[in-house]
Amino acid sequence: MNPTPTGAQSPSDHVDPVAHDATDTTASAKIRPGRSRRSGRRANASMIIGAGLVVLIVGLALISFVWTPYDPTTIDPAARLQSGSLTHPFGTDTFGRDTLTWVMVGARITLLVGVVAVGIALLIGTPIGIVSAFFAKQPWGMWLDAVIMRANDILLAFPALLLAIIFAAVYSPGTGPAMVAVGIAAIPGFARVARSGTLQVLGSEYVRAARASNRRIPAIAVVHVLPNIAGMVIVQASVAFAISVLAEAGLSFLGLGTQAPTPSWGRMLQESQQYLSTHPELALWPGVFIALAVLGFNLLGDGLRDRFDPKMEARGA
Amino acid sequence: MPENLLEVRDLTITPAGADAPVLHDVSLSLAPGERVGLIGESGSGKSLTAQSVMGLLPEELHARGQVHLQGHSGNLLEANEKTLAGLRSDIVSMVFQEPMSALNPLMRIGDQIAEVLRLHGKAPRGQIPTRVLELLRDVHMPDPDSARFAYPHQLSGGQRQRVMLTIALANSPRLLICDEPTTALDVTVQKHMLDLIVERVSAVEAGLLFITHDLAVVAGVCDRVIVMYRGRIVESGSVDEIFTAPKHEYTRGLLASSDLEATDDRGRLFTLKTALAYSGPQIGEGEASVDVGEPGDLRDEPQISTRPDHTGMSVAGSTDEDSVRTTSAREGAGAASVRDDHRTPSVRESAPLIEVSDVTRIFRGRGLFGRRRSDVTALGGIDFSVAAGARLGIVGESGSGKSTLLNILSGLDRPTTGHVRVGDIRVEAASSQALRRLRENLQIVFQDPFASLDPRMRIADIVAEPLIAAGVDKDERAARVEEMIAAVDLDQDSLRRYPHQFSGGQRQRISIARALVTRPQILVADEPVSALDVSVRAQVLNLLTDLVDEYALTLLFVSHDLGVVKHLCSEVIVMRAGQIVESGATEDIYANPQDEYTRRLIAATPSLAEALAAG
Repeated sequence: MNPTPTGAQSPSDHVDPVAHDATDTTASAKIRPGRSRRSGRRANASMIIGAGLVVLIVGLALISFVWTPYDPTTIDPAARLQSGSLTHPFGTDTFGRDTLTWVMVGARITLLVGVVAVGIALLIGTPIGIVSAFFAKQPWGMWLDAVIMRANDILLAFPALLLAIIFAAVYSPGTGPAMVAVGIAAIPGFARVARSGTLQVLGSEYVRAARASNRRIPAIAVVHVLPNIAGMVIVQASVAFAISVLAEAGLSFLGLGTQAPTPSWGRMLQESQQYLSTHPELALWPGVFIALAVLGFNLLGDGLRDRFDPKMEARGA
Repeated sequence: MPENLLEVRDLTITPAGADAPVLHDVSLSLAPGERVGLIGESGSGKSLTAQSVMGLLPEELHARGQVHLQGHSGNLLEANEKTLAGLRSDIVSMVFQEPMSALNPLMRIGDQIAEVLRLHGKAPRGQIPTRVLELLRDVHMPDPDSARFAYPHQLSGGQRQRVMLTIALANSPRLLICDEPTTALDVTVQKHMLDLIVERVSAVEAGLLFITHDLAVVAGVCDRVIVMYRGRIVESGSVDEIFTAPKHEYTRGLLASSDLEATDDRGRLFTLKTALAYSGPQIGEGEASVDVGEPGDLRDEPQISTRPDHTGMSVAGSTDEDSVRTTSAREGAGAASVRDDHRTPSVRESAPLIEVSDVTRIFRGRGLFGRRRSDVTALGGIDFSVAAGARLGIVGESGSGKSTLLNILSGLDRPTTGHVRVGDIRVEAASSQALRRLRENLQIVFQDPFASLDPRMRIADIVAEPLIAAGVDKDERAARVEEMIAAVDLDQDSLRRYPHQFSGGQRQRISIARALVTRPQILVADEPVSALDVSVRAQVLNLLTDLVDEYALTLLFVSHDLGVVKHLCSEVIVMRAGQIVESGATEDIYANPQDEYTRRLIAATPSLAEALAAG
C-alpha cells in the first residue's frame, strides 16, 4: 500500500524543512496506491493468452493474402477427402481443396464480419449511450433518455440470428446483410455501456469544473467523456467481436451468411456435415479455429476489463 | 520504570520488491494508562506503525524489528494469526477513521457489539444484551434501548463512531489505538467524540495511542507526543515540550503551519520554509485582540477597477483616490500587493456585487413510478449580499446547504424560489447566454483535488479549458496558461504532465490556475484545503491570499474550518440546516457570537493555544 518515500535517500535524521515538495509527493502516492498499476503491474494471463490467439488469427488472415499452400479455388479430384499428411497438413475436402488453405482464407471473412459488425455497433451504439446519458442529467430530458433506453431494450430482445434471418429474407443471403444484422444486434450493448460510463463521468467534479468554465455539452462529450469511457467501450468491443465471429459462423452454417465459393469457417462446417462419420477431421479444423477465435477475443476482453475496471481504479487509502 | 504496556523497537517496514523501507527503525513505548499522540502528515508512516501493533499489516509489506505487548511474551511481528486474534480486543483494539465502512451495513449495531463480547467470552451468554445496553449507555448514545436495533445507515457519523468506540472498548483492552477517529466528523461532533474517548479510556484505565495529523486535537487529548516524518520518528516529548519548545525543524514547521492565528510580517501563514520566524502558539487572551486589529487593515478589500459602475462615480471616486494614499502609507510593506484601488465605507454602501434574497431550494423526493416522497429543503430562505472585493466566508457543517448555495450562485443549479443577482445577471431567470457570461466572471476551486482534474488530460489542456470556452486563440492560450502556472508557483514542465503525477497540494494549485486563467472577478472556493495536509494547507492558503490581492478578486470561501475562515475572510456567514444563523464581520462574530450555534461551533474548534492553556 505505502510506496517508497521519494525523498528518503538521506540516511540521517535531519529533515530539510525546505524539501516540503518531497513530502507532498509521498503524500499523494499514499492516497492513490492504484496509480502504480498502469506502469508497475504485469499484464494478466488472460490478456496475454487472448492477445496471442487474436494475433494468430489475424496473422493467418494476413498471410493468406500473400501466400497460401494451395490455391483455394483449385479443385483436385485426385486428392479428395485425404487425411492429414505432409502435403496437406489438415487434409483435403470433398473437392480435393486443401483444408489449411481454406482455414487461412476463411479467417479473412471471420475478421471482416467482426470488424464491420463491431464497427457498426460501436459507431451507432456509443453515441446513443452518451447522448442518452446527457439527457438523463437534464430535468427536461429525462423522458427522452427513458424513450431511448426502452427502444434500446426492445432491440436487445431480438437475437442476432433472428435479425439476420429477416435480413436474408428481405435482401438475398450474403456476407453483407449478415454483418449488418450482427452489427445492429450488438448496438444495445454498446449503448448501455456508454450510457453508464457517461453517467459516471458526468457526475465527476472535473465535469462540474468544465461546466463552470463554460464548456459546451458537445465539447464535454468529446474532451472529457470519450477518453474516460474509452476503456469500457474497448472491452465491450472485444466481447462483441467474439459474439460476431460466432454469429457469422452460425449464419454461414445455416446458409444465410457467406455464400459459395468464398471460403468461410461456418460454410466449411456445413459442408463437412455429410462426411462427419467417415471424415470427422473435416469438421474438426474449422470448429477448432472458431473456438480459438471466440476464446481469444473473450479472454482479451476479460483481460482488458481487469485493467480498465473502474472499481480497481477507485481510491483506497 | 515499570514494564511498558507497548514496546516497539527498531521497527522497519519494507514493501515487497522495494529497496528503501517506508518505516525506518521506529522505536516507541507506552506506559500503562498513558495517552500518546502519534503525529505526522500522510505518508509519514504513522498508520503503518499502528497496523503492525495490531498485526494488520498488508501482506506485501515486510516488517522487521520487535513489538512487545504487556501480557504477551514474544515478538508480535512473529506471532501467528490465532495468537493475534486472541490479543485483539482483549489487550489491544482499534478505532478507525471512517465509521461507515468499518461497520457491517447489514447488521444491527447491538448484534455487532454482542459479537465482540461473545467471541471473547468475557461476559456470560445470558448477560450479553444487558451488557450491550450498558456499554451503549457508557458512550452516551442517545436512547440506547432503541439504538441497539438500529442499522449503521440510520445513525449519524458521530453516533457510528460511538458504536466503533463501544466495540473497541467492549472487552476492556489495555491499549486503544485510534487512527484519525474524528477526521471524518464535523467540528462540534469531533469535540464530543474527543471528550468521550478521553473519558472512556480513563474509565477503563487503558493506554491510548492516538494517531492524527491535527496538532490541536493531540494537544487536548494526549500526555505525550511523538512526531513522525517520512517514516522516521523525529521528535518525542510531553505535549508542553513539543508545542512550546520544539527541537526539530520539522516539528516547528508543522506547528507553525497549523497555527492559523499566527502570521509572518507579510500577513501570511507560516509554512515549513518560513517557520524559523514563528514564535510558538500564543497562549492567553491578549493575542486575540492583536489579531482582531490587524486583519481589518491588512485585508481591507481591494476594489475591482474594471467594474464600470464605479469608475463613473464622482464623489466616491475621489474619496477612493485619497484613501489609496492613506491606506498604502499605513500599510507600508504590510501587504506587497498590486492593488491600486481601495474601498471606502461610502462605496460599501453602493450596489453589492452579489445579492441573494430569500432563496430557497427544495429537492423533490421522487419515488418509484413518480410517487411523491417527502421533500428535502436544502436552503430555506437565504439572504445576503457581497460587496465587490469582499472576502466572504461561508461556514457550516455537513448538510448545512453550503454546497447547494454555491451551485446556485455559479449557475449550476437554480433556486426553487427567490432572487440571486451576480453583477448585472439575475441568475434564477438567466438565459444560457447570460449564464455563460456569469461563469466567465465567477470561477470555482473544488474541494477534492483528486476528483476535480480530468485524469486523462495534460495540465496544459486542463488549465486552458476555460480559455477555449471563452474563444481565446491558441497562441494567446498557451501564453496565458504559462503565465498562470508560474503564478501558482509550478514549473513549466508541469504543463506536459498528467494529474496523477502531482500531489494534493500541487493539484489544488492547478485547480486554482484553471479558475483564474480567465481573470474572473469572483472566485468561489469550495473547501479548497480540507483534503490537504497542514503544511501544504498553509502554502495553498497563502497562495490564495496572494492571488486574491493580485487579481483583485471577490472571494467566497466555503469551509467547515473556522480557523481557516478567520484567517482568510473579512466577513462570514454561519449556516445551519439551510438557514443563515449569523452573519457579519469575522472579528465581531468571533469576539462576540450572538447565536447559540455559532458559540458552540467556535468553542468546538480545536485550537492549540486553548488546549495548551487548559492543559
